[in-house]
Amino acid sequence: MTPQSSEISRPSGLEMTPRPPHSPGRVLEPLMKELSEPGRRAFTLPALDVPKQKPEDLLPPSLIRKEPAPLPELSERDLVKHFMRLAHLNFSGETNFYPLGSCTMKYNPKVNEEIAGLPGFSKLHPYASEEASQGILQLLFESERLFREILGMDAVTLQPAAGAQGELTALLMAAAFHEAKGKPRRKVVVPDSAHGTNPASAAIAGFEVVEVKSNSRGRVSLSALAEAVDDQVALFMMTNPNTLGLFEEEVLEVAALVHEKGGLMYLDGANMNALLGLLRPGDMGFDMVHVNIHKTFSIPHGSGGPGGGPVGIKAALKPFLPGPIVIEKEGVYRLESPGPLSIGRVRSFTGNVGATVRAYAYIRSLGAEGLRRVSEGAILNANYLKALLRDVLPMAVDEHCMHEFIATAKDLKARHGIKAMDIAKRLLDYGFYAPTICFPLIVEEALMVEPSETESRQTLEQFAEALKRITQEAREIPSKVQMAPHRMPVARLDEVQAAREPNLRW
Amino acid sequence: MDFVPITPNDRKVMLREIGVSSFEELIQSVPKIIPRAKLKIPDALSEPELLRHCGDLAGRNRALDPERCFLGAGAYSHWIPSVVRYITSRGEFLTAYTPYQAEASQGTLQAMYEFQSLLCEITGMDVANCSLYEGASALAEACLLAARETGRSRVLIAQSVHPEYRQTVQTYLKQSGIRVVPLEAPHGAVDPRAAEAQVDSDTAAVVVQMPNAFGCLEPVEELSALAHRQGALLISVINPISLGILKPPGAYGADIAVGEGQPLGNDLNYGGPYLGLFACRKELLRKVPGRIVGMTRDSHGRRGFTLTLQTREQHIRRAKATSNICTNEAMMALGAAVYLGALGKEGFRELALHNLQKAHYCRDRLTEIPGVRQIFPGSFFNEFALEMPVDPERLNRTLLAEGILGGFPLKRWDRKLANGWLLCATEIHSRASIDKFVYVVQRSLK
Repeated sequence: MTPQSSEISRPSGLEMTPRPPHSPGRVLEPLMKELSEPGRRAFTLPALDVPKQKPEDLLPPSLIRKEPAPLPELSERDLVKHFMRLAHLNFSGETNFYPLGSCTMKYNPKVNEEIAGLPGFSKLHPYASEEASQGILQLLFESERLFREILGMDAVTLQPAAGAQGELTALLMAAAFHEAKGKPRRKVVVPDSAHGTNPASAAIAGFEVVEVKSNSRGRVSLSALAEAVDDQVALFMMTNPNTLGLFEEEVLEVAALVHEKGGLMYLDGANMNALLGLLRPGDMGFDMVHVNIHKTFSIPHGSGGPGGGPVGIKAALKPFLPGPIVIEKEGVYRLESPGPLSIGRVRSFTGNVGATVRAYAYIRSLGAEGLRRVSEGAILNANYLKALLRDVLPMAVDEHCMHEFIATAKDLKARHGIKAMDIAKRLLDYGFYAPTICFPLIVEEALMVEPSETESRQTLEQFAEALKRITQEAREIPSKVQMAPHRMPVARLDEVQAAREPNLRW
Repeated sequence: MDFVPITPNDRKVMLREIGVSSFEELIQSVPKIIPRAKLKIPDALSEPELLRHCGDLAGRNRALDPERCFLGAGAYSHWIPSVVRYITSRGEFLTAYTPYQAEASQGTLQAMYEFQSLLCEITGMDVANCSLYEGASALAEACLLAARETGRSRVLIAQSVHPEYRQTVQTYLKQSGIRVVPLEAPHGAVDPRAAEAQVDSDTAAVVVQMPNAFGCLEPVEELSALAHRQGALLISVINPISLGILKPPGAYGADIAVGEGQPLGNDLNYGGPYLGLFACRKELLRKVPGRIVGMTRDSHGRRGFTLTLQTREQHIRRAKATSNICTNEAMMALGAAVYLGALGKEGFRELALHNLQKAHYCRDRLTEIPGVRQIFPGSFFNEFALEMPVDPERLNRTLLAEGILGGFPLKRWDRKLANGWLLCATEIHSRASIDKFVYVVQRSLK
């Protein structure tokens, strides 16, 4: 065993259980490498049953690895213990309220996991012939149809692996669209409240990014936009509801303005949970939209991925879709290569199909009525929670919100030195994951709260109560909040050291 | 069925607390002129109905037995230890978000640190990120990095790199001003002497796949040397399983190693979600795309982990970020970490040896059939290209009737390889399953 092992503090496995303070030098759980013992292994191959040939006879000696990769050696029991103990150090959507704004951490239905795990889906090779893959091709075809209808668009590609890749796909299509008209355009406009992926994707797609200021009510300013949009603007990237959780009331005027200059309207669909079954992007002036199926469509986000970023488009953009495209003829499904104007593919194979299967199951289990109950529930829950917090924290914009809202710790910071980050860390002690903090950038000390439709009224009340107590603590014993968390497996981590002297591997 | 717990009574209580009399009042900011959705989609299904419907769809997919699958071409059937599936199905990992709050995400963060470490060990590279989407877009990101690093505007990609990877790079680089230039691979691999003439002082990177799309090994050491002579980077697209026996990219001087991590304990899933591998030399660290986890200390001096070097990323740097990536494939990276941990040092080497032996046995048996010959002369790992006496598409149809998934018809990649058939055998194939396959092929050719 490793020298540290006697000092290891054993986590109880329950995130909420207070733990005694740890002394320096202790580790929560050793690294796999520290648990390694030569000669152990967790998996054995069957005996080699073909004639054994010397590797040197099959491969050029200069291309043979000299030393085996020094991978850790563990028994299966130790391996499971290791990863289960790590699992217990996590908060998750399943075990905790996870009001992470803009991330829509809703409940992930278990039946969808069972369906995605059916061998007919999970064991299917991406190059299996069309004859062998009629079931999955039908599912993809139907999924495209469902997304088209939900988004009010004319076509959908399921290829992008995530929202940001969906953005890139759409931006490249927009560039190709303008080029095909013989008038390439160089600029993309984004609001100052936009997600960071918007300008980052635009830059990769070769565009110059122009930012427009929001007005005092947290919306896109029509006058500022009118100044920014000229005949060089390929696309306006809008988020609606925007990142302040507010519906862009002038979306139709914005669309008219952009269209008049020949630009395209793009919806960053990260906040589609507020619109699901209620309103369709295609009905409010958008030409293109991506959705994040790991947010709105309930696929589990797996600690950061996978995701899926289908893109919906209006008919004029169809020639530019990436391929392959699933088509149906007399009940037979085929994959078709796209035409000459296609932007090409953005990844290998057909997409994050396993994620699409889950999203398909989700949509089919809800139906039109169920989808509308999602957005209504999300909006109701957000407004209820916001109402419970009315005397606890000031709001960035005080009006009814859509699926999320932004509170601000600006006053607490000015009076008691308590930042949004401190509140976030203290919430962990109360057993709640933190809201998104310090975003959108246009709100000082922002706490972006998105409860989602799957949380009960009681959970929202408990969360509001915790925030109320924390603001009380902030006034009475600010250091308690500033030093938080106190009940997590570790105290606040030194991020400066992590970046200054990167230790990224054993 | 739905998953909304709000009862009529809840609704009443909540609306009262909010101070409105109806839900409609909450969405008054939505202009009346925008029509309300009236979705024409099928009615909701209960759980039993949903399972029956999806079960029917799944049942219409065929050739699912990994032992009867001899198709690779970028996605591979390997044995997945039960322990991998168990850990990756745990809700504590599965239903967490990107670990923004480090103190409540130490499990994910340590697992990602371990994944980075394991990837560095097998590739021999200095540093790794904790995943990108999949192999092809990982390569595109690597090309963008190379152009940024060198300030050059030309990327040389071997034609023996998987065509879908080359197409993805084309798409990503289309608007960037970086030219993608093909590097000839005349006999299934790059000829270093011919390549020399193509690498110039404006070349940002030479991209080579090892083993390549046709299964052949590339002269990576020569290519590395000639890329570096001109100040270009060498980007190597790897198959991680092969690194149990093949020289790792770090040992032949690759600057960036990318690849498809699907073979590391991940299901085939008809193409995704997969796992984009990205590792490089430490000098390139601050230009790396995607999330990186670092080890640090907490305020009591205890070891802990956190996302680090975030000033590279889109949420901070916006239009100047090293990449637009936000979501990655953390869950698949976790699976890969468990997988490599399960195999361990000896198991990983043995696994590669079995792949090598099984594929060679399969090649030997198939080439005993009259009219069947190996197309390319070079060495291979677990995949090889054969010239068949008939159209492989037709042969595959015959095999499918026996539940066998035949190889990849190479004419889809290169019209000149009309009867080319790309086959792969891995540790998952028993001798009996290979013999059976060979027998059926032989019978079908008669």
